[in-house]
Amino acid sequence: MATSVLEHRAPAIHHAHPKTGIWSWITTVDHKRIGILYGATAFLFFLLGGIEALIMRLQLMGPNGKLVDPDTFNALFTMHGTTMIFLGVMPLSAMFFNYFIPLQIGARDVAFPRLNAFSYWVFLLGGLFINASFLVGAPPNGGWFGYANLTSSRVIAATAAAPAPGMNIDFWVIGLQILGIASIAAALNFFVTIVNLRAPGMKMLRMPMFVWMSFVVQVLLLLAFPVITVALVFLMMDRNFGTSFFMPDGGGDPIMWQHLFWIFGHPEVYILILPAFGITSEILPVFSRKPLFGYTAMVFSGIFIGFVGFGVWSHHMFATGMGPFADTFFSMATMVIALPTGVKIFNWIGTLWGGSLRYTTAMMMAIAMVALFIIGGLSGVMHSAPPADLQQTDTYFIVAHFHYVLFGGSIFGLTAGAYYWWPKMFGRLLDEGMGKAHFWLMFIGMNMTFFPMHFLGLNGMPRRVYTYPSGLGFEFWNKFETIGAFILAFSFLIFLVNIIKTWFGPANAPADPWHGATLEWSIPSPPQEFNFPKLPMVGSSVPQWDARRAAGGHLPEPALVSGADIPMPNPSYWPLVSAIGVFLVLGSLLFIRVNPVHWWQLTLFGVAVLFFGVYRWAFEPPH
Amino acid sequence: MDRRPERVGRAWLARTVLLGLVLLAAACADNYPQTTLNPRSDITRLIDQLFRTTFWWAMVVFVLVEGALVYALWRFRAKPNDPEPVQTHGNTTLEIIWTAIPAVILVLIAIPTVKTIFKTSLPAPNPAVEVNVIGHQWYWEFQYPKLGVVTANELVVPQKKMIGLRMWSADVLHSFWSPQLAAKRDVFPIFSQTKLKKVNPLWFTADTVGDYTGQCAELCGIQHGRMGLRVIVLTDADFDKWVAAQRVGSPLVEGGKVPAAVDSAWKADTIMTKGATAFLTGGCISCHAMVGTPLAGAMTLRGPNLSHVGGRTTIGANMYENTPTNLAQWLRDPQGMKKGSHMILPRPLTEDEIATLVAYLRAHK
Amino acid sequence: MAQAATATAEMSPADEHHWTSTGLDSRKIAIWGFIGSECLFFASLISTYLVYKGKSLVGPLPHTESQCMLHGKMQTCEAIFETPLVTAGTAVLLFSSFFVVLALYHAQKGNRAKLLGWLGATVMCGLFFVSMQVYEFTHFYHKGMGYSTNLFSTTFFTLTGFHGSHVTLGVIWLSTVLFLAARGKLPPEKSLNLELAALYWHFVDVVWIVIFPVVYLMR
Repeated sequence: MATSVLEHRAPAIHHAHPKTGIWSWITTVDHKRIGILYGATAFLFFLLGGIEALIMRLQLMGPNGKLVDPDTFNALFTMHGTTMIFLGVMPLSAMFFNYFIPLQIGARDVAFPRLNAFSYWVFLLGGLFINASFLVGAPPNGGWFGYANLTSSRVIAATAAAPAPGMNIDFWVIGLQILGIASIAAALNFFVTIVNLRAPGMKMLRMPMFVWMSFVVQVLLLLAFPVITVALVFLMMDRNFGTSFFMPDGGGDPIMWQHLFWIFGHPEVYILILPAFGITSEILPVFSRKPLFGYTAMVFSGIFIGFVGFGVWSHHMFATGMGPFADTFFSMATMVIALPTGVKIFNWIGTLWGGSLRYTTAMMMAIAMVALFIIGGLSGVMHSAPPADLQQTDTYFIVAHFHYVLFGGSIFGLTAGAYYWWPKMFGRLLDEGMGKAHFWLMFIGMNMTFFPMHFLGLNGMPRRVYTYPSGLGFEFWNKFETIGAFILAFSFLIFLVNIIKTWFGPANAPADPWHGATLEWSIPSPPQEFNFPKLPMVGSSVPQWDARRAAGGHLPEPALVSGADIPMPNPSYWPLVSAIGVFLVLGSLLFIRVNPVHWWQLTLFGVAVLFFGVYRWAFEPPH
Repeated sequence: MDRRPERVGRAWLARTVLLGLVLLAAACADNYPQTTLNPRSDITRLIDQLFRTTFWWAMVVFVLVEGALVYALWRFRAKPNDPEPVQTHGNTTLEIIWTAIPAVILVLIAIPTVKTIFKTSLPAPNPAVEVNVIGHQWYWEFQYPKLGVVTANELVVPQKKMIGLRMWSADVLHSFWSPQLAAKRDVFPIFSQTKLKKVNPLWFTADTVGDYTGQCAELCGIQHGRMGLRVIVLTDADFDKWVAAQRVGSPLVEGGKVPAAVDSAWKADTIMTKGATAFLTGGCISCHAMVGTPLAGAMTLRGPNLSHVGGRTTIGANMYENTPTNLAQWLRDPQGMKKGSHMILPRPLTEDEIATLVAYLRAHK
Repeated sequence: MAQAATATAEMSPADEHHWTSTGLDSRKIAIWGFIGSECLFFASLISTYLVYKGKSLVGPLPHTESQCMLHGKMQTCEAIFETPLVTAGTAVLLFSSFFVVLALYHAQKGNRAKLLGWLGATVMCGLFFVSMQVYEFTHFYHKGMGYSTNLFSTTFFTLTGFHGSHVTLGVIWLSTVLFLAARGKLPPEKSLNLELAALYWHFVDVVWIVIFPVVYLMR
């Protein structure tokens, strides 16, 4: 094993590791602990992004708002988008990937536990890096889409108001590259885990739908992130080394950035929504006491969405004037995506149909996800028509659309997952009463905040404006939305209180509180480090239901076992060291213009740290 | 627990109906001068028709699907001692049907979509008035090459004539958006050297006389939010008068030279002579072309051409009304009036200079 | 290490530890996944090169004479490519793929001397290619083509530079395996460690087979 250059699970010697304390978390390679780290970190970033949104809503509450100045507002929406996408929804999904992919496929861990830890540490450092921009007063302000040539420094440098380009966009460009490395490493890991570590008998078409959708997401991540990385490198070169990738004065074309960005950006949308689709497909059957309707159709519609998702990127660019033939192609391709999405929605309703529906908080969140996603999907069809999009693009209509998809879809789905799996992760059931309050306030607040944006957009309010004049009729709905946003924020306060109360409450969760269908419910809550004392044999896509039926409807609580003879990977801090190396290498690029002579010394130091970390990792003795 | 599902169902139903009504109310849109739902030109009407087609299809689907969902939530709520539901795994016929029906609806949307694409996205076939639209951080420049007019922020056009726009940018990406008249298209920077000239076309024929607002729709920096514009539609006679007035001292007409009679009249007018001096000594000349000054014919200065600024209804890209007070405050403290604007005074102007300049600029209708 | 993809209820903990659904080692699947991801990385770089081909505003240009800035004044520059040298580098890189196959073959047979020989040859080929590229880049720089001179130079250096850094990483990886093999730590049952590096090496080679004609041969 000492000779492995890539990592593999350590051989069969099991040691007692320290199970508590900060060091145990820093060196952990346990997928469940890493999942919790992902979740906690992402939730904090999510709250931060929410606070940014609230400040924006306060600014837009009335006409000619003066709460923040225009540049701060630009930074707020840039960081709100960047945070919610890369530091909120994606790592919250990663929490569920980490914790539940191995449990649902009956594995003891992911394929590369140390790579998993590495992904988390790189993600954490990347998230801190981008947000550190606030501390030095240079938060990114070019939008989450970072359109060149606004973000290419040469234009800005020429203005009298800003004599030298700030580091704002550099934080963004470099931060996203760091996060990209985390995403690709994690995606590779889950990809291999799903392909290779399924329990005996779990064929691909017996995998739980959450695992299936996660699998599609990992493939999308692997194929989409290299493209944005290349685009970011180009932009970085334009900003620091005088190249002209996106600069018209050197022959480059700003539209090239848009193509590269959206070739990544559209699959990214499915990266954000498919995990929520998966979670919903887990929850609806369990609380309907009926298997998922049309399992195979659900699998292939997910694959189809992912595949076609790579061929529709230019529908973000109808206003750039691509000509009628390109418009037609991308419009038709976009409409085609409505079909598999429709199949999913109909199959969800088919799952509910004829069932016996129990309205737990998880179930209500999942149903709301379906109901709200329908709205986002329909407005999506409306602007898949390029002429209509010429009115709607860059207006609040689009903001309404993608919040219905990403808040109504992703966040509701992920919150459903939180209520559903909380007992499995922490051995405690979240309070259902507070959960219902959370749900209703979140549902009402969400619709109050985002539904009127449809009206505002169609009635002429553009996006990304720091204020609007009076007299355009925007006052009422903006005030209404701001109130909605605070109701929404309050609902998450209830969630937070629920978490704290549950944390200090009794460990009241049985192994299978919901009568679940999948393997994670067959083991104690929370699971032991090795998950499964014995690898399960899987005979269908609902193995836990099979077991329950075989046992006549009542399953005994699974016993805790010692597991001393089960080989588990050892803790390691080399993933963290390697992550710091990556962080230093890329972070040093921030100083290219600050210190053109010496910046590379930090880069070299980072390379040394990285190589040291990776070598020690590869040759880590197996004790 | 067992009563809750019913309440869930009713609340959802109530919400659905409420949302539908609100949406209808909003669609009337009387109090929204910048609305897309009240088209006032040929092209926006084409777009509006397409939007309404897709909108109503979407509403039909919305009502049917959400209706089915809400019905299922109410009908199949758990009751005490429910037996295990029938364990159906799918229904191929049903699945084919609910794939086919949306496909048919999409085809019904796609046909008018493609027709409208080919009607709207090509350059104007034979425009009566041609205008070059040039986006700047943060104002709009309008050049009428054939009529010899250069102006800013207020696009003046005749009614019932096809207006052909050719649009580009002087710095970063912008997007020209006039919701009632012309919809929206991005503008891209071009440089004289570049081989990648990206000039975007747009066209419209305005129905009636009126004053329409619009604004930049692509993030273009700190003042993106206040990069407004107006489109002023005039009768043919009024438009001709406007053009005649604008041609005086236009860079496109004899390089900005004014007729001798006008020149000598201005030389006898103290507002004009004192104002021109203040325009030069105050440093305005370094960024603005102005009739009667040495740079009247300049086309590539940073700021908008001010030759007929007195005739415009607003200043600061549709941000403030063009009143003496606002203009004076703008000259006193441009950064306070529009933070981050590229208007930086080389030195603070005296109150005397400000008063002189206000009178001078307003005199140039 | 990989077991057949069949299982019985009586698997021992050690058997379970080696269980994989496909019967393949996870690292091998990971390398293939990584290669898939890298394909999109190079596809983006190659597409950009092609989109900007012929769009440079000044010289030097790859295949034709052009006006370019050299020694502080505009002058006529000759076409900058010297294809024979790069063709030699290409051939050497292709041969290295052949060598590493032989090295793997002997690693699996436990034939240590031949393993060392062929693997050493592979590393030498890689080193030759990297040196060729360093020489080429320096040469271009002296002929007035810096990184940001024009669109051609920018896209050329970015594309071939990224490929070069992949070759460099491959050389480091293969050298590490060579070092282990020399110390007798690459017995046949661990030949997968070489196979992984070889898969990566083949990929880097294949990418060059695309880049070489696109950049050097296509006019």
